[in-house]
Amino acid sequence: MPYVPHTEEQTRAMLATIGVASMDELFADIPKHLRPRSFNLPAGLSEMEVLARMERLAAKNRTDMVSFLGAGFYDHHIPAAVDALAGRGEFYTAYTPYQPEASQGTLQAIFEYQTAMCRLLDMDVANASVYDGGSALFEAMMMGVRATKRTRLVVSQTLSPIYRIMLDSYTSNLNLELVTVPHKNGATDMAGMMDAVDHATAAVVVQNPDFFGNVGDYAELFDHARAVKAVGVMAVYPLMQAVLKTPGAMGADIAVAEGQSLGQPLSFGGPYLGVMACTSKMVRQMPGRIVGRTVDTKGRTGYVLTLQAREQHIRRQKATSNICSNQALCALRALVHVSLLGPGGLEQTALRCMELAHYALERLTVIPGVSRLGDAPFCNEFAVRLPVPAPQVVDQLTERGFVPGFPLGRYYPGLENCLLVACTEKHTREDIGVMAEMLGGLLR
Amino acid sequence: MKTLFEQSIPCRQGVCAGLTSARATDFLPAGLVRSSRARLPELGELDVVRHFTRLSRRNYGVDGNFYPLGSCTMKYNPKFTEQVAALPGFTRLHPLMAQLRGAGHHTQGALEVMYHMEQLLCEITGMAGYTLHPMAGAHGELTGAMIIAAYHKAKGNKKTKVICPDSAHGTNPASAALAGFEVVSIESRDGMVDPEALRAALTDDVAAVMMTCPNTLGLFERNLPEIVEMIHAADALLYYDGANLNAIMGKMRVGDAGFDVVHLNLHKTFATPHGGGGPGSGPVGVCDKLVPFLPVSRVKKLDDNRFVLDYDHPQSIGYMAPFYGNFGVVLKAYAYILRLGREGLVRATENAVLAANYMRKRLEGVLEIPHDRICMHEFVASAVGEALNGVRALDIAKALLDKGYHAPTIYFPLIVKECLMFEPTETESKDTLDAFVDDLIEIVRRAGTDPASVQAAPVTLPVTRLDETRAAREMVLTDDCNCG
Repeated sequence: MPYVPHTEEQTRAMLATIGVASMDELFADIPKHLRPRSFNLPAGLSEMEVLARMERLAAKNRTDMVSFLGAGFYDHHIPAAVDALAGRGEFYTAYTPYQPEASQGTLQAIFEYQTAMCRLLDMDVANASVYDGGSALFEAMMMGVRATKRTRLVVSQTLSPIYRIMLDSYTSNLNLELVTVPHKNGATDMAGMMDAVDHATAAVVVQNPDFFGNVGDYAELFDHARAVKAVGVMAVYPLMQAVLKTPGAMGADIAVAEGQSLGQPLSFGGPYLGVMACTSKMVRQMPGRIVGRTVDTKGRTGYVLTLQAREQHIRRQKATSNICSNQALCALRALVHVSLLGPGGLEQTALRCMELAHYALERLTVIPGVSRLGDAPFCNEFAVRLPVPAPQVVDQLTERGFVPGFPLGRYYPGLENCLLVACTEKHTREDIGVMAEMLGGLLR
Repeated sequence: MKTLFEQSIPCRQGVCAGLTSARATDFLPAGLVRSSRARLPELGELDVVRHFTRLSRRNYGVDGNFYPLGSCTMKYNPKFTEQVAALPGFTRLHPLMAQLRGAGHHTQGALEVMYHMEQLLCEITGMAGYTLHPMAGAHGELTGAMIIAAYHKAKGNKKTKVICPDSAHGTNPASAALAGFEVVSIESRDGMVDPEALRAALTDDVAAVMMTCPNTLGLFERNLPEIVEMIHAADALLYYDGANLNAIMGKMRVGDAGFDVVHLNLHKTFATPHGGGGPGSGPVGVCDKLVPFLPVSRVKKLDDNRFVLDYDHPQSIGYMAPFYGNFGVVLKAYAYILRLGREGLVRATENAVLAANYMRKRLEGVLEIPHDRICMHEFVASAVGEALNGVRALDIAKALLDKGYHAPTIYFPLIVKECLMFEPTETESKDTLDAFVDDLIEIVRRAGTDPASVQAAPVTLPVTRLDETRAAREMVLTDDCNCG
């Protein structure tokens, strides 16, 4: 019997100890008329059979293509040691560290993760992670709502549309006003943002690099937010933080990120990692778990979950949020990843991605009819305008083993001819050259 | 143990993924570039490997320790499911691939997994439709509460309240509040939802009642049929917290019993490791009339057997996740369900309940069992009584750590004094259960003769008891100590 260890004799002995005659007597509290009307599931399979079936299913997905899909989720190299260390059973098969003395491994790792995220983003405090970048953004906005007791939220349309749709859903029952400032030729409308942030604003949200790949400086916007006592929130791409001016340096109150680029495989959408960090004055508004350093009865350093009075098991409906679990294993992977690369390795990787993306832009824009959307500085992702609808090109190239990027028209009316192209260190100049030649051939 | 940061040596370099001689200012104006390097650890690969290997040894996991942590269902996680989730055909799949026109056919394997998993969960729980998007149990509760809100709004009902019994998980009220509801708490009687208290609270403006059944005392709600009828008569919906479904799989389907919404915790019931706190996965199932409100996208099977993502659901509550939930976790749970099949799932439930009752019976007379009747997958005991000499639930928990066990859940639910909540799960052998009970008996006996030794526990772990008050007061939350 898979995963149930008792012999028949042991089962009989256990039933006898309990004082019941059969297994079914254990379920006497469930009335007969509530018993299942059906339970038509397939019969169990052997491990070998399940594996074979899953291998067949995996093979129905095409992952052998050269793909320039990004849009916030990137295919970066993950060093082998990340899997090996995060896969250790003592980490992997542990639960939430409710007994700190027996969970110092998990707790110290979270403490180190908090430290690493604070240093990467130039913030004071980080939590132990939330589900993903989108839920981190929502939680950041709610921190702003609680801190200011205001209800107006201002976001730039250059914030990932995937997250904006999530924010729409999450706020639908909450009497909040979500104001979206339209993009200007694929870039943040800075003047529009400044105008929209006023004395009724709880939080203003921008993304850097934004969805179109553009890099900006939001220091002035956050200064203005501070002047009207609104909270400044910045979403970032953590790998690029190795080279970019930080949220802290720009004066953001809260920084959030999708941590997927730090050691998490793409895995068709998850699990990913919601990174959240803030200034020390906002710490009590921070949702989720936080680990703190303390001492044991002998004065030795140790780590515990702290500030739990904000959480659901104590505050119930008055808790800072309903988030109970974190993405501990993903946070561990991110920590191992940044430790293996170090600041130098992260910077090199970021620069390699940027170098390839700038080469790709060069190769694509020499094709007649292809031009860059806007002219802002960018890192590893950029948008180009094509002479034809982008989905058409994507279809044709994908059939030939190259996914040239993400068609922007799906989320931005008016940009039906635009394609968002991302490079990572996994690409080669040859890949880019072949893709550019194929695209050139199609458009000729 | 030194932190990574304390071990860092300037200019030591670990792994490098992409060599280049480029500089940031080749691509960006200087004003947009970071002014100094992030102070991340500078270590060699072996330094990193040793550090995390050492850290892992300071941890308890199911692979090494019996983990009878109540309500957390810490059963054994089969290893082959890791192989499944690590197949490159899944890990390398970009989520947006499925959304490109005409490219859905390059993700057919993943879409088929999701489609079939939803069908399996429907059959296991008797619901009409599922979403796999919620990324954790509490996220599933929020999704369920939002579906309830959308349903009433569509019907034109003005319903502003959700009732949560005091024996419900603490996330229930928090999730209801986040979905915009006012939360009403009702007290239980004899460990059960009190039908009279419920009747009194069940006013016209109640949108739903959130039930945890079996409840946090491990008891099945005997008045369930009466409660279901009462709630539906008030035009309210009934929510089932299915975090611990392994108490009833194959014995009751929540849909057949009249529940309208349910969330499951795949990482508990369907044996996927929880990684020290997550990721989890919290699919939500709904009855027929709530299907139109499920989040988008949904997976649809076409007549020609192809699978596509379907966004055309105008009444949907929208996106709860950026994509399709924690797909990697879903994969493991899916493989686990295929492996066990119909008989295996029923057997898991029977043996989870068998183990809990066996342990409860063996602890009779050792600790007080406040509701000493047949329990489901877990039960609570109370560390009270003169024989304990002032030794508390916390002390017993710490003494168990010394013996190599993770402790049970303590001080939860709040409605039992000095509460210890045990959940042995179906994967632990009788020998383990017996050894655990024997060790617990020894600790209780020691409380009678030498209580100070129990109160001093743990003494065999890397640290002794930790000062939690100081942690909250001084708030050292990073290695830089600048957060207080």
